[in-house]
Amino acid sequence: MSLILTRNTPHADDVYQRLIDAHEGKTKAESDAFNARLILILMNHIGDEQVIAEALAAAEI
Amino acid sequence: MTAQTKIFETPLYPYARHPDQDAATPARHTAVVVGAGPVGLALAIDLAQMGVEVLVIDDNDKVSFGSRAICFAKRPLEILDRLGCGVPMVDKGVVWNLGKVFFDDRQVYEFNLLPEKGHKFPAFINLQQYYFEDYLVARVRALQAEGAPIELRGKNKLTAIDQQPDHVMLSIDTPEGPYSLRADWLIACDGAGSPVRRMLGLDFVGEVFQDNFLIADVVMEADFPTERWFWFDPPFNRGQSALLHKQPDNVWRIDFQIGWDIDREKELDPANIDKRLKAMLGEDIQYELEWSSIYTFQCRRMEKFHEGRVIFAGDSAHQVSPFGARGANSGLQDTDNLAWKLKLIQDGTAPESLLDSYDIERIHGAKENILNSTRSTDFITPKSETSRIFRDAVLDLSERHDFARPFVNSGRLSVPCTYDGSPLNTPDALPQGPARARPGAPCPDLPLGEGFLLERLGGRTAPRFHLLAIGVEVPTGLTVPGVEIEVIALAPDTSPALKERYLGEAPAALYLIRPDQHVAARWPGFDRVAVEAALNRALGKEA
Repeated sequence: MSLILTRNTPHADDVYQRLIDAHEGKTKAESDAFNARLILILMNHIGDEQVIAEALAAAEI
Repeated sequence: MTAQTKIFETPLYPYARHPDQDAATPARHTAVVVGAGPVGLALAIDLAQMGVEVLVIDDNDKVSFGSRAICFAKRPLEILDRLGCGVPMVDKGVVWNLGKVFFDDRQVYEFNLLPEKGHKFPAFINLQQYYFEDYLVARVRALQAEGAPIELRGKNKLTAIDQQPDHVMLSIDTPEGPYSLRADWLIACDGAGSPVRRMLGLDFVGEVFQDNFLIADVVMEADFPTERWFWFDPPFNRGQSALLHKQPDNVWRIDFQIGWDIDREKELDPANIDKRLKAMLGEDIQYELEWSSIYTFQCRRMEKFHEGRVIFAGDSAHQVSPFGARGANSGLQDTDNLAWKLKLIQDGTAPESLLDSYDIERIHGAKENILNSTRSTDFITPKSETSRIFRDAVLDLSERHDFARPFVNSGRLSVPCTYDGSPLNTPDALPQGPARARPGAPCPDLPLGEGFLLERLGGRTAPRFHLLAIGVEVPTGLTVPGVEIEVIALAPDTSPALKERYLGEAPAALYLIRPDQHVAARWPGFDRVAVEAALNRALGKEA
């Protein structure tokens, strides 16, 4: 499997809104901690080290 | 209690004048070991057991001051058993299996080392370095009583060395003035600050960690269980870490991370330590402070582990952070790797180039240890704000979710090194055999008869190789000049452990095992040409 970098979620606006809403009312420190937990959870869900490496590379814009 | 805890204040090998000091020309010794710490003493015992004449010199005359290295892993204990002193150490040591990790004011995670059954030695023991050295010195004395060629000279400080093509010239200072010696081989087991390394002007590069740790060894009657407790950011040491670990004689090791900018004198003041201990363990604790110290650490190694006839072993060659107990434990694996090679080179059985394999195999080990201990240190002392945010996220998640627990790193505990890719290995001819016993791996132990397999493997009185023949007929008359080969023949159905650890899916197997109990080669059956070629390869005589 390789990293998906084309459209992969049917309701883009909804999913994006969920992410923003999750940070509602959080301080910067709380948001940073939340993001870190979220990344770790997603990273484990992906599991595939090659995909994670590709994602890390893709994030380096 | 006092009498027991004062071992490290009594000279164990006091200075005594030796005829070498009055010799007209410098006396020549086969091996001179610099440093009577765990590594130097273990190496000297290994050499002497095989009949290599060895002299250990040390600028001190006592065992380690304070507990220092306290965690000894199974593989080093197996090595020490081959040296005749593993059992008393385990009898004295504290065996532990359970580790708990705390974050802030709560336990987030615990791990059990779950040692596999059917091994002579436990996964880990805790034992103060002074006891460890005391048992080694006792073994030196026992060997001397048997007439083994081993000698220990206290208050003999090496001041200069001069490398010659076939020996090393040593200048030594003593309370009664200087003298000179010649050594066929000089082995520097003189610690991270190695004076020998400095004398040769050799580099020791790596990563410096800007942190300090305060160690307090306290004697107390406490009902904490025999477990390793590690705290990240606890209320009693905010923003830092702490460790509690039990040693014999009711001595407890407590480590406080204290940061980089500190006032050493103030930190070491017993009143300050008392304040810290009470914050951690409660206002009403009763204890006696046995020893305290502040340490910093680096992760670094030498480019090469030998230079001509000077060889480096232990902390002089490589230094790691203490997380994971990879210092003394890896130093003992150095000596295990080196002793038989030196013996065979000295006998002329193996070429001097066999020593290159010591560098290759033990640099492989050092890299593994440095990688692991650097990662632990980065987790314990995050180097950036983001790194700390991720670290705390891991700890928070580990309390709720299993997936996060493997990320928690309070030290990756020392595991035996497998010499994958070593030039002494013969490519694996038994791929259906268990991976844990592949060429380069240390032999897994298992119960055998009244004892254990490892008691019968490896070199003790000679650098002996073994052929472990499981359901394989080995004809007699196998010879490679200068090498002792002993065959151990076992039936494939000897025990489930033998099948699981040495056969796997294979119906039969033949293992060639080095004097340090590492696998050199393995096959599904006997082939004289293949066995002799593998033996020659393991001796560094690659055709």
